[in-house]
Amino acid sequence: MTPAKHKNLLELRDVTIRFGGVTAVRNLSMDIPKDSIVGLIGPNGAGKTTVFNLITGFYRPNEGFIRFRDRDITGLPPHRICGKGISRTFQNIRLFANESALENIMIGCHVRRKSAWWMMPLLIPSCVREEKNIRETAWKLLATMGLEQYANVPAVSLPYGAQRRLEIARALATEPSLLLLDEPAAGMNPQESTELMDFIRHIRREYELTILLIEHDMKVVMGVCEHLWVLEYGQCIASGTPDEIQKNPKVIEAYLGEEVFDA
Amino acid sequence: MQQKKKNRFRDTCLTIIVIVLLGCFLHYAQNHFNGYAIQIINLVAVNAILALSMNIIYGFTGMFSLGQAGFMAIGAYVSALCVLTPEQKEMMWILDEIIWPFSTIHTSFFVSVVAGGLITAFISLLIALPVLRLGGDYLGIATLGFAEIIRVVITNATPITNGALGIKGIPLHANMWWNYGWLLFTLYFMIVLLRSNFGNVFKAIRDDEVAAKVMGINTFKYRVISFCIGAFFAGVGGALMGNLITTIDPKMFNFLLTFNILMIVVAGGLGSLTGSILGSVIITVLLEWLRIVEEPMTILNFEIPGIPGMRMVIFAVALLVIILFRREGLMGMREFSWDSVIGFLSRPFNRNKNADTGKEQA
Repeated sequence: MTPAKHKNLLELRDVTIRFGGVTAVRNLSMDIPKDSIVGLIGPNGAGKTTVFNLITGFYRPNEGFIRFRDRDITGLPPHRICGKGISRTFQNIRLFANESALENIMIGCHVRRKSAWWMMPLLIPSCVREEKNIRETAWKLLATMGLEQYANVPAVSLPYGAQRRLEIARALATEPSLLLLDEPAAGMNPQESTELMDFIRHIRREYELTILLIEHDMKVVMGVCEHLWVLEYGQCIASGTPDEIQKNPKVIEAYLGEEVFDA
Repeated sequence: MQQKKKNRFRDTCLTIIVIVLLGCFLHYAQNHFNGYAIQIINLVAVNAILALSMNIIYGFTGMFSLGQAGFMAIGAYVSALCVLTPEQKEMMWILDEIIWPFSTIHTSFFVSVVAGGLITAFISLLIALPVLRLGGDYLGIATLGFAEIIRVVITNATPITNGALGIKGIPLHANMWWNYGWLLFTLYFMIVLLRSNFGNVFKAIRDDEVAAKVMGINTFKYRVISFCIGAFFAGVGGALMGNLITTIDPKMFNFLLTFNILMIVVAGGLGSLTGSILGSVIITVLLEWLRIVEEPMTILNFEIPGIPGMRMVIFAVALLVIILFRREGLMGMREFSWDSVIGFLSRPFNRNKNADTGKEQA
């Protein structure tokens, strides 16, 4: 346990959160090794997105703590956690609807900015240079995501697949070391989800990321994840490699047994 | 890249030309127009500053704030107190002696306007810290409450503000050059700030606050910044208005004043600087021009006596029409750009060109 500890980028220890009488997440412990792609699965309403909200600081756990890069981040506000290097996407896409694709990514770049707002009207050179750099970085990210043709189109008018990619691009613009993807394959056909798997592996290499994803598409989960946690009613009922999970009787029971794991 | 640079050079030239033309027009107006027309031209500038100040808070950052009249009151009173001479103040304060240090302050007009803006911004900061934790309609109600509190405090702080009697005889410093100078400064400030990534940050908070937080934006901080910038320019606008009308009293800064500015912003387009400018021109001019309908007139041998307040009825109907049929206002969220103007003007030529090439191909 101890030698492995330093390799873990994120650690959850006995995290519990209750909403009134409902315990949404109970005694959850997770160790996410650096540079890995890991997954969080479970039936609807199991508390997966709640775990994301706990990690990104929207909820404060009632018990337990969360450590990122060996530092306690429990209870920090969301913007501070983003500053430390955790970024996420949302299950129901949450882009800045009236802003263009380029502006969406530029907003992601803001968190790494050093100059203050009042420097801008005074046209202080360092601030103007930074502004230019942000614009260039955003263009580059747009190009890598193949979204160049949408640069000046409001995010709300983008096609669905492009919106998903733009949301990932925006998350990458904050220069994270841990990326949380909430159902990235939702609404994709089999071919698109195969492309998504390659894409996830590609960005891990390219941006030196550790990726935690929530997904219902078992083909994606089993194909791309190196380690899995299974949640049911807020409790972790199993964890292990995809092969182990597929054979776990508890998991099969939770998913009602049938055909889910035929991938 | 070269094309881009060329375009930027062209845009700068065109902008300078427009500013020079505006200067020529103002110079001509000052010498040839009557006092009434000049007053309207001045009001356009002041209303534009106020509309811009409200637009950054409501249109760009999405905070429904109704505190504008309160901020204007602070700006106007600070400026008036600074610009009057000690002797004038001693004569005017009849209910209560004016207290030190207000009795001895005497500054130039420019300094008084800046002071008005800065003190308004400072007070708005104190208001923002508790109030901006609210969102949506609650924020509107709370800021409206604060605007009323400011008005009541001004009414009762007789040793400083001369109470309900107000301040009269403020020298008419706010001529066209000052008003339009301040308008240009406001525009410059807003354009540079809102076109930069900080502007994107404000808009991000407006569009989706949760996502903005995830993107590492300290939303509370930027909401406070936007609120204080808006308050600063509202204070400046109030100071200019006080110096333009030369008389201020607490009753002037009631909710109706906020409503007028809100109307300009909504009619022009929430989240469009161009819209605010156009809106203030159109509505300020219309408000004066529509006075015709309040005068007695004869239509087809029918004598209609003058109906005071008729123009406000027409305005209410106009506002209803805007809300029903063009909710995004004149400009929506679009902005003026030289590209679009040139594209629009050269459209007939392009059409001809296309037709020609079409013929050749045929």
